[in-house]
Amino acid sequence: MSDSFYEEPSAPGQTGWRAWLLTTDHKRIALLYLWVVLFWFLAGAAFGLTARTQLMAHGQHLLTAKAYNAVFTLHGVIMVFLFIIPGIPVILGNFLLPLQIGARDVFFPRLNLLTWYLYVAGGLLAIGSLFAKGAPDTGWTFYVPFSLSTQTGVTFTVFAVFVLGLSSMLTGLNFITTVHRLRAPGMGWLQLPLFTWSVYATAWVQLLATPIIAVTLLLIIVERVFGVGLFDPARGGDPLMYQHLFWMYSHPAVYIMILPGMGIISEIFPVFSRKSIFGYKAIVAATMGIAIIGSLVWAHHMFVSGMSDVAVLLFSFLTFLVAVPSAVKVFNWVSTMYRGSIVMSPPLLLALWFVFLFTIGGLSGLVQGAAGPNVHIHDTYWVVAHFHFVMFGGTGFAFLAGLHFWWPKLFGRMYDFKKAYLGSALLAAGFLLHYFPQFILGLQGMPRRYYTYLPELRPLNFAAGIGAYIMVAGLLLLVANLLLSLRRRRDAPGNPWDATTLEWQTSSPPPRENFLAEPRPPAYPYDFRRGG
Amino acid sequence: MENVIRQVDAAFIYIIAFSMALLLAVTAAMVYFLFRYRRDRNPEAADIRGNALLELAWTLIPTFIALSMFYFGWQSYLGLREVPRGALEVEAIAMKFSWVFKYPNGKRSEKLMVVPQGRPVKVNLSSLDVIHSFYVPAYRVKMDALKGLKTYAWFLPARTGTHKILCAEYCGSGHADMMADLRVVTPEEYEAWVGAK
Ligand code: HEM
Ligand SMILES: [Cu+2]
Repeated sequence: MSDSFYEEPSAPGQTGWRAWLLTTDHKRIALLYLWVVLFWFLAGAAFGLTARTQLMAHGQHLLTAKAYNAVFTLHGVIMVFLFIIPGIPVILGNFLLPLQIGARDVFFPRLNLLTWYLYVAGGLLAIGSLFAKGAPDTGWTFYVPFSLSTQTGVTFTVFAVFVLGLSSMLTGLNFITTVHRLRAPGMGWLQLPLFTWSVYATAWVQLLATPIIAVTLLLIIVERVFGVGLFDPARGGDPLMYQHLFWMYSHPAVYIMILPGMGIISEIFPVFSRKSIFGYKAIVAATMGIAIIGSLVWAHHMFVSGMSDVAVLLFSFLTFLVAVPSAVKVFNWVSTMYRGSIVMSPPLLLALWFVFLFTIGGLSGLVQGAAGPNVHIHDTYWVVAHFHFVMFGGTGFAFLAGLHFWWPKLFGRMYDFKKAYLGSALLAAGFLLHYFPQFILGLQGMPRRYYTYLPELRPLNFAAGIGAYIMVAGLLLLVANLLLSLRRRRDAPGNPWDATTLEWQTSSPPPRENFLAEPRPPAYPYDFRRGG
Repeated sequence: MENVIRQVDAAFIYIIAFSMALLLAVTAAMVYFLFRYRRDRNPEAADIRGNALLELAWTLIPTFIALSMFYFGWQSYLGLREVPRGALEVEAIAMKFSWVFKYPNGKRSEKLMVVPQGRPVKVNLSSLDVIHSFYVPAYRVKMDALKGLKTYAWFLPARTGTHKILCAEYCGSGHADMMADLRVVTPEEYEAWVGAK
């Protein structure tokens, strides 16, 4: 076996830490991202669990109202901006996108490293905001005028998110250019693996939508620091304008969160069914459709904000249209299994859970898109349940599925299957016990961002807490199991799943320049016929 | 209003019913395929790459269903927005962290809203500071209260009783405690209450 990229540092001649911190190799950068993102994911989970523990009993016991507000804000900011938005693209996208298109690296390797430093800086700023003037307490949405008047260190937090946005935008730019310019000969658009398609569609949203939030956040800083009246009605500003600008980015951002996850699922189903993905072109069209229509539905977060009824009509209508391509994808995944030859494996199990949980999340979103019912459940625990189902049950599970699928590619090692199955089962069971009751709490009228609630809501809140602990135990088991595999010898087969996409044509882990021989893209990426 | 609540709930049930059916179908298919096409029962996979007709069907049919959901949702929303004539108008002023209600005769009341049974109530909303949201789960109404922008909500208190008014837009450390009681009383009791100093 030839040497892998681990043995041949990309900044030639560098060793030790410098070989990592100065690297321009997309694979090393992906791993740099992996460790930091994983850290933030676990930190975010710890904050979430703290908030949930407070809610397990009625009244103030573990946290004061103020502390609770800081905890859910940190949880939300970390999960959204440091875990779920960057997560899949910067780790798996970075590692696999060049491999899937037969390239040696991304188009701008140094820019790629810069995005990592920006990401780390954003994280440090977020930590810094804790010590500036007290932990931020605005929620991850930074609604004005609250965020303008609060005494806590929000300026820092907002700036952190700005820096993270810059990082995300540059990654988007890099991936778009890479897909356009660096595809191997013979790799046409309709030979692209679906994961690459999804990261590509996401990259466009990252590039086009992020500047809006960036400017909006700067305006908050300007108003906080210089007192210019932009959003605060007391100074002649317009708070609804802020909400429009915020969601103009943050709604497309939910598609930044989910599209790469869908891409992972589209890779896993064919491989473990030994059968082509059902409706390749339909999935590509749905991916681009979601990216485009998804950019036009932002104000469905604002049905009770005081905006005009005509706007409610329009945005409710568009919201129902964007639901369709997601449903189409679900049908395509399930049909891929039809008459396949299915082998169970941890990635497939996680993907199956993804379909189940994401479907619940998506369907609960229909209720929110409907103008009348929306009024009742807006800003209640229904919404908390909904977004955890799509973001965690969807993207979070897809992320874990992708890690388990490509782990042997990243590290050349296989993990223990039994622990992975057990971890997935705990994660999914705990998840349902944690989040399903929250739909009911929402219907009973429990608003979100409450450190406590009416006494009669205690049983469901307590049950949810038990679920949360089971869920986090499953999560820790999954992660620990992956990490333990790193102590083994590097002995996983190059293509343990018999997958057909280009990244599996090279050794695992791949050599520094990815392919020793000129990569030969298959005419169709999901051709599983024997010898085909 | 009974009517409006019923319409909102009907739209909700309509959407949920379709959703449950779809979830059940998807899950059942997934589980069935998983067992029916296991490697040891089906060693050789078929080479099927899609089916244009099927895909067209499962794009168009959900589109129509989704549009019908949109329609019912919108209809029920209209009910929440169209205030019947002759409604009692009450000003609700939100602030960190309380609600003050002002009646047409100048009567003010804090954290307690009293309304007569059977007469529609229009609540005119405003805020003294940050954004709050007037939320009465029992009547399915919710509307943000902002400084410098007039908003409203309305409901019909059909039966006597007491409900909770909650703040649904995060407003700071007192957010969870920013509650008021909504007491629905007979018209006579209401007159007595609103007339009293
Ligand atoms: C690991 C286990 C998790 C637990 C125990 C947990 C728990 C919670 C709790 C208790 C809240 C506060 C609800 C409220 O008071 O309104 C919350 C909010 C939130 N969670 Fe999680 N969560 C978890 C994972 C996640 C993941 C994976 C994501 C995203 C990918 C996520 C995203 C959010 C967001 C965006 C909020 C809203 C914060 C805000 O209102 O500003 N959570 N979560
Ligand atoms: Cu409030």
